[in-house]
Amino acid sequence: MRVNFTVNGRPQEADDVWEGESLLYVLRERLGLPGSKNACEQGECGSCTVRLDGVPVCACLVAAGQVEGREVVTVEGLADYAKQRAEHGGCASGACGTSVDEAQRWQARGQDSQTGEGTELSPIQQAFIDAGAVQCGFCTPGLLVAADEMLERNPNPSDADIREALSGNLCRCTGYEKIMDAVRLAAARQGEAV
Amino acid sequence: MDFLRPASWEEALAAKAEHPTAVPIAGGTDVMVEINFDHRRPEYLLDLNRVGDLYEWEVGEESVRLGASVPYTQIMEHLRTELPGLALASHTVASPQIRNRGGVGGNLGTASPAGDAHPALLAAGAEVEVESVRGSRRIPIDEFYTGVKRNALAPDELIRAVHINKADGPQQYSKVGTRNAMVIAVCAFGLALHPGTRTVRTGIGSAAPTPIRAKAAEEFLNAALEEGGFWDNGKIITPSVAKQFAELCSGACNPIDDVRGTASYRRHAVGVMARRTLTWTWESYRGTAARTEGVA
Repeated sequence: MRVNFTVNGRPQEADDVWEGESLLYVLRERLGLPGSKNACEQGECGSCTVRLDGVPVCACLVAAGQVEGREVVTVEGLADYAKQRAEHGGCASGACGTSVDEAQRWQARGQDSQTGEGTELSPIQQAFIDAGAVQCGFCTPGLLVAADEMLERNPNPSDADIREALSGNLCRCTGYEKIMDAVRLAAARQGEAV
Repeated sequence: MDFLRPASWEEALAAKAEHPTAVPIAGGTDVMVEINFDHRRPEYLLDLNRVGDLYEWEVGEESVRLGASVPYTQIMEHLRTELPGLALASHTVASPQIRNRGGVGGNLGTASPAGDAHPALLAAGAEVEVESVRGSRRIPIDEFYTGVKRNALAPDELIRAVHINKADGPQQYSKVGTRNAMVIAVCAFGLALHPGTRTVRTGIGSAAPTPIRAKAAEEFLNAALEEGGFWDNGKIITPSVAKQFAELCSGACNPIDDVRGTASYRRHAVGVMARRTLTWTWESYRGTAARTEGVA
């Protein structure tokens, strides 16, 4: 079957989708967006977290056909999504977003991969780099999407709020303390900017 | 596999009548796991995401009509006053991502003995509104669970809503697992005080082939509370009463040994949760009663 939906602000069309296929498979294998990670395939680990009509969900548990006509934001579109939100409170014009070509090429690497300089990053991505919250990196995309959504909803989270919001994301490097630091840092910077 | 996408409830019923083997999918948090792991290859998937009514709820005089697909997140955020037991249970479901998708309709459809909503529904008192092209009926929650992962639905029926009695007293919910997030209950317990009728109701999860009520324990406690005039005098529950209630709750269990826990552990833990939730709810009832008296 064919599935039409919006990915990172741009309309996309996926063809030859098997009816039992997950949104995660469509993103990774049909649209070439491997940012959302495929680990447990049962909603346990959160590494495939994306936003579906604004709400964080495990892409592995959404049937592809269920996203017809709906809006998905993946980690590849997070920088633009955060920028639009900061500048215009979201994308009202419909002219923003990240194309699939751009998204496929998207890397958190500028002139200096250690600091993210020279690359446009969302504040949460920059905070993860600055706080040393990225180890093997496999859980990072899911955590970024989940943390970004929490900060949008709750700009001044307590530690308990952060733990709760990220409780569906596992880090097998066990780098949770640095991840907490990163989210606190992003929240603090967000507060300063206002 | 065919993917059926009804745009309305009527279309969904028609599709289910035409294809009774179709597997309904809403949040997908159970169904997609089975498909991803190749445990299930349904001939038809019946997507209910387009049926907007299923995401709505109405607060009535006596009960809340909760649409089958209302996600747990919404229950936690909007129905804490009316349905405190279910709101607490909802908060123990998996993770934010799962709670954003899953709802009570799916929990009932799967009818796992470990489903988090069941003890809360049993304790509060509820009816499941199911419908087919043949008509609509309401199944009392006590008659809904018929076996391990089996329920009272006919092959052509779909779950439309759950009518849950609004809380008329304190409710509590307790769940045992290895961590707070992302656990299937080792066992769970729901308790609701109903001061209006001077009764208590219980719900036990994951400690029998189906979710069950501890009816002998309820009867014992109802009689003990009545006899001691507890509803009126608001006294502390006698430890011996709490102890016997806990033992009867343990006795209601018919658990198995499995990867999550042993049968004897489950029996024990249900007793502990029964005693604790009784203490919590009763303390809360006494507090409310005292305040009401003070104002009057």
